[in-house]
Amino acid sequence: MAVDTTVNSAPRASIWNDPRGRAIIYQVLVVGGVVLMFWYLISNTMENLQNQQIASGFGFLDREAGFEISESLIDFSAASNYGSAFLVGILNTFKVSVLGIAIATILGILIGIARLSSNWLVAKLAMSYVELLRNIPLLLQLFFWYGVITVSLPGPREAINPLPGVFLSNRGFKVPVPEAHFAFTMAGVALVIGVIATYVVMRWAKARQARTGQPFPMLAAGAGLIVGLPVLAWLLGGAPTTLDMPELGRFRFTGGITLTPEFAALLFGLATYTAAFIAEIVRSGILAVSYGQTEAASALGLRKGLVLRLVVLPQALRVIIPPTTSQYLNLTKNSSLAVAIGYPDLVHVGNTTLNQTGQAIEAISIFMAVYLSLSLAISAFMNWYNQRIALVER
Amino acid sequence: MTAHEMAAETGQHGIIQMLGVNKWFGEFHVLRDINLSVDQGEKIVICGPSGSGKSTLIRCINALEEYQRGQIIVDGVPLTNNLKNIDAVRSEVGMVFQQFNLFPHLTVLENLTLAPIWVRKVPKREAEETAMYFLGRVKIPEQAAKYPGQLSGGQQQRVAIARSLCMRPKVMLFDEPTSALDPEMIKEVLDVMIELANEGITMLCVTHEMGFARTVANRVIFMDRGQIIEQNEPEEFFNNPQSERTQLFLSQILSH
Amino acid sequence: MTQVTDTTPQDEGERPPALSVGPLGWMRANLFNTWFNSALTILILWILIETIPPLLDWVIFSAVWGDVGPEPCRAGEGVGACWSFIHEKGRLILFGLYPSAEQWRPMLVMVLFIGLVAASARRELWSRNLAYAWGIGAVVMFVLMYGGVFGMEYVSNTQWGGLPLTLGLSTIGLVVAFPLGVILALGRRSNMPAVRSICVVYIELIRGVPLITVLFMASVLFPLFLPTGVTIDKLLRAQVGMILFAAAYLAEVVRGGLQAIPKGQYEAAESLGLGYWRKMRLIILPQALRISIPPLVNTFIGFFKDTTLVIIIGLFDLLNAAKAALTDREWAGFYMEGYLFCAIIYFVFCYSMSRYSQNLERKLQTGHARR
Repeated sequence: MAVDTTVNSAPRASIWNDPRGRAIIYQVLVVGGVVLMFWYLISNTMENLQNQQIASGFGFLDREAGFEISESLIDFSAASNYGSAFLVGILNTFKVSVLGIAIATILGILIGIARLSSNWLVAKLAMSYVELLRNIPLLLQLFFWYGVITVSLPGPREAINPLPGVFLSNRGFKVPVPEAHFAFTMAGVALVIGVIATYVVMRWAKARQARTGQPFPMLAAGAGLIVGLPVLAWLLGGAPTTLDMPELGRFRFTGGITLTPEFAALLFGLATYTAAFIAEIVRSGILAVSYGQTEAASALGLRKGLVLRLVVLPQALRVIIPPTTSQYLNLTKNSSLAVAIGYPDLVHVGNTTLNQTGQAIEAISIFMAVYLSLSLAISAFMNWYNQRIALVER
Repeated sequence: MTAHEMAAETGQHGIIQMLGVNKWFGEFHVLRDINLSVDQGEKIVICGPSGSGKSTLIRCINALEEYQRGQIIVDGVPLTNNLKNIDAVRSEVGMVFQQFNLFPHLTVLENLTLAPIWVRKVPKREAEETAMYFLGRVKIPEQAAKYPGQLSGGQQQRVAIARSLCMRPKVMLFDEPTSALDPEMIKEVLDVMIELANEGITMLCVTHEMGFARTVANRVIFMDRGQIIEQNEPEEFFNNPQSERTQLFLSQILSH
Repeated sequence: MTQVTDTTPQDEGERPPALSVGPLGWMRANLFNTWFNSALTILILWILIETIPPLLDWVIFSAVWGDVGPEPCRAGEGVGACWSFIHEKGRLILFGLYPSAEQWRPMLVMVLFIGLVAASARRELWSRNLAYAWGIGAVVMFVLMYGGVFGMEYVSNTQWGGLPLTLGLSTIGLVVAFPLGVILALGRRSNMPAVRSICVVYIELIRGVPLITVLFMASVLFPLFLPTGVTIDKLLRAQVGMILFAAAYLAEVVRGGLQAIPKGQYEAAESLGLGYWRKMRLIILPQALRISIPPLVNTFIGFFKDTTLVIIIGLFDLLNAAKAALTDREWAGFYMEGYLFCAIIYFVFCYSMSRYSQNLERKLQTGHARR
């Protein structure tokens, strides 16, 4: 029997047979159940904490940490507080994630395109890469790379020296950096100017093409501005070439910058693993644009490069970008595996703190808050992007 | 000897000339010794059973397919591997596909102006004026700001025709332009094509619309197994087919 | 003026130009079709020639095989692989700390398990009997693992490890998480706002954080959550953590399947007078789950790889057992052999599952061809 709840004259059904009433009962039951469960868990926790005499709350963040962190982007010592320790961890997570994302993207695009190569060997090699990396646990790969660096590479005295100033040893990688010089500051400023100028020229070129029909070689011009201007500034600044070269002293290296084995293994492992997934996304994105699109564009007389730029890429990117952002998120989450090889990321630092202070709930809440805000930010971006690019269909 | 045959042999006249064209897909021989000459302004309908090579034939004219032997000359330009020649031919030859192949990420207007702007280097305003003119010709100027996904199949195919016309081609190729359409939309597309034909553009059309062939074509070509089996004026072709295979094909296609 | 060429093609035997067919044609089309591809081909061939023989030499020809102890390996370190490490430690890696006299039991469990999986992979065997077989199999496997009956020595689950632990954690995790995932997916698509929000919050919360934090939570927070005096063992904690984690991911897969079911199916079921649960159980879920099988297998592969993270809370799964084997000072440094051994096992499992899911996807697609 159908119950029409909108018509008052109809005989009123009992609340259980009224769909709206039923929905309310269900929801009250579910919410009640969840609240009860939480109440039970929280009261247990309170009792347990009381028994263990652990004061809950974030007051411990101000206390002195008392442990060292092997690498940090900001000043940190054992005398700093737990709050700064967490900050160091968060920054280290960001550092490895941002670099990892950059490398994974470039590598992933290259391998994705290679999978579609008309060269059989290239395509098969790219496929083997993807299958191999995707089907072996990331943690195992991280252990492996860490092993390659710390076990198979020689000690600092016999460090491999593939390029002048580059030393690979089981203590990490030493790389030269240019010595600080005014010219580099100028080059940095020039880079910013170059980017802005490229944007301005791009707008001008677009307007001019609309007016006169003449296209402008934007790719060359942009490259010239973004690369050329900084180089020019560097030359004007006296073209300093002195590098801070790492050198083997009596006991250790001096000069240059160091990539610790932990950081290098984590970065390399995360980037190569995620690249395999990005490669598959790139491949399926390009395949998602039907061949008819390329044919139609060619039949109109567009050259290969223009077909790619005006027709294939804009469509492929719509398919590629959303899953790629979630791969970025995965990479960031996977960077928490750092704890297994000893790179001081958020989880590693938090774990140390947790063991020292017993503030388990607080430490885990911080983990969750950091990762969740990252995921929420990324999914907000994805929603915005999806709305912006959604194809209009009937 | 017919005028066409003479043209084919002397290698003159004719905006499109195919001389002894052979094509293989791997081991499969799709085009066998195709000799065809098309005069300026001629309307040709190509028919034949599926897999007979008729689509491949017109796709060769636009360099969408390579051929292994023979020669194709379009408006005096030989189609070779030379990219310059291919560009030159493609800007003279428009093509309409069975699946429309409109660009879904661009509006109708942007679909129409893309090639004029980037290939002909026409200023945007001018390209848009041309585009609006041709949209008027295919009777959907009001759809200019919409995306292809918002249009019906018939409307999409008319946009596709307008898109080709915006390049002001000398030759139009149609690859089964009505096969993917619902029956009620076929007429609107054919009407546009008939109007186009009356203006004197050179047309090669792969289609099974025999009514269209009767009203418009100067010549109907029947292909089977990669060969041109028979060609004639529409009246003769339909009323008095010579070859057995043509008769069989016509009886199958006209029986219902 | 009719022009007719109605002859069967005389050139039936005519061949395409020699360079476009046969092995030569294949090479021209696939390896040397442009100058760029030719250069790439030559470069890659050169790299392969440079790397493959030394690699083969390390893996096979110069490797140390058999039960010969670490000394020969030390002598040939860097030249050949030390497979005697696997010979020595293979059982530790495969079975963890399980008493060595009883290791036939986990061995049998794995054989049983792989047999059941292989049977389940065949679609023609999908039936109620298979479900019974799994039920009985599960009981047998647990009895074998724990022992304590039929004269088998009791083995506490703290001694379990290696491959059986990896397989057990992932399979049990999936089996228990699956119904949870279905409920969460239905909840997320429900039109009751309170139910929907609870499900959304749960799913997004879990998917937004790394598995490690969930495992940490399981390891350090679960004991706090329980009434004072009640404890649960480490293995169970890890298992519960993995279940909570997997449920959120499975829910999203099932939701994808639910979304793919056309609205007409819902309407048809309603028009037959079926209530919500009957509609879901009889009409919608069977279809939705069927199309979700390939993504479910993919989720399972991810889940299987993720079991390695239990190392964080100190369980000896396959990977951690290998790591433990490497701590033996006598054998220190043979990490490559140990990890390669693990990698091959993981690869074989994951790769065969992913091939299976691809095949299945292809088959299901033909069954569900659009229009």
